[in-house]
Amino acid sequence: MRAIERWVEPPLQTFLAESAARVTLLMTSSGQVVAQHGFTRSLDVMSAAALGAGILASTAELARIMGARPLDAVVHQGSAVGMYLAGFDTPRGRWLGLVVFGQETSLGLVQMFFARLVSDLARAAPAEEPPRQVLAEDFEDELNSSLRTLFGR
Amino acid sequence: MSLSRSLTDVTRIPGVRGALVVSRDDGLVVADALMEGVDGQAVAALAASLAGRMRGVTTVLGQPEPVLLMLGGTEGLLLLAPGPSGLLLVAVAGPEVNVAELRLGILAAAGTAY
Repeated sequence: MRAIERWVEPPLQTFLAESAARVTLLMTSSGQVVAQHGFTRSLDVMSAAALGAGILASTAELARIMGARPLDAVVHQGSAVGMYLAGFDTPRGRWLGLVVFGQETSLGLVQMFFARLVSDLARAAPAEEPPRQVLAEDFEDELNSSLRTLFGR
Repeated sequence: MSLSRSLTDVTRIPGVRGALVVSRDDGLVVADALMEGVDGQAVAALAASLAGRMRGVTTVLGQPEPVLLMLGGTEGLLLLAPGPSGLLLVAVAGPEVNVAELRLGILAAAGTAY
């Protein structure tokens, strides 16, 4: 399990232990990765983050067209693995969670412990820092630093 | 017997705080009749997980699947009865419940009485 922000680690660790999820990805609503567990290649995690954010954005737009409130979660259930994708509000803005789980757990357990993860994250979040100006010359360094944190290289 | 009828038959027993029909594979609530304060989603998820584990144990032992599971605690008990079509009937009861009556009631409601 790797996280860009250290305060995310304890709640995520608890979620992983209790839900028995195989893969978990936390990201901002724009697809920027905050924490991940289970991915081994940076390409995979970046693709999954972008696709997950895209799926939730699509369902939000569908809900808007139907005159409904934005959907909180999307579930894809396969014969061997399932995928739970949900958006939630944190003190740091709206985040998305993507959880892949197998037959060793169930959607009900994943849903229940994900709800606990959301409340744990809300409690653990430190006071918001003033936004920093991101300079073009710092961008590559920051990106590389984030990738090192997420993948350990 | 309809799902709501099954739930009504179980919740009619004194001491029962709620009953649920749960999807065994997903651990999701299919139907429920619960007193306020009982977290149906959590009960469903944990009950389905417990039933799955016990099914695994009996399979390893070469025994048939259990028809009734009872988990007792200091403040009450949980009874689970696997029913037809991949469903699980779950009852949440306080310590004052008549366990024998609840046992018969949940087995009858789950359609597995014998």
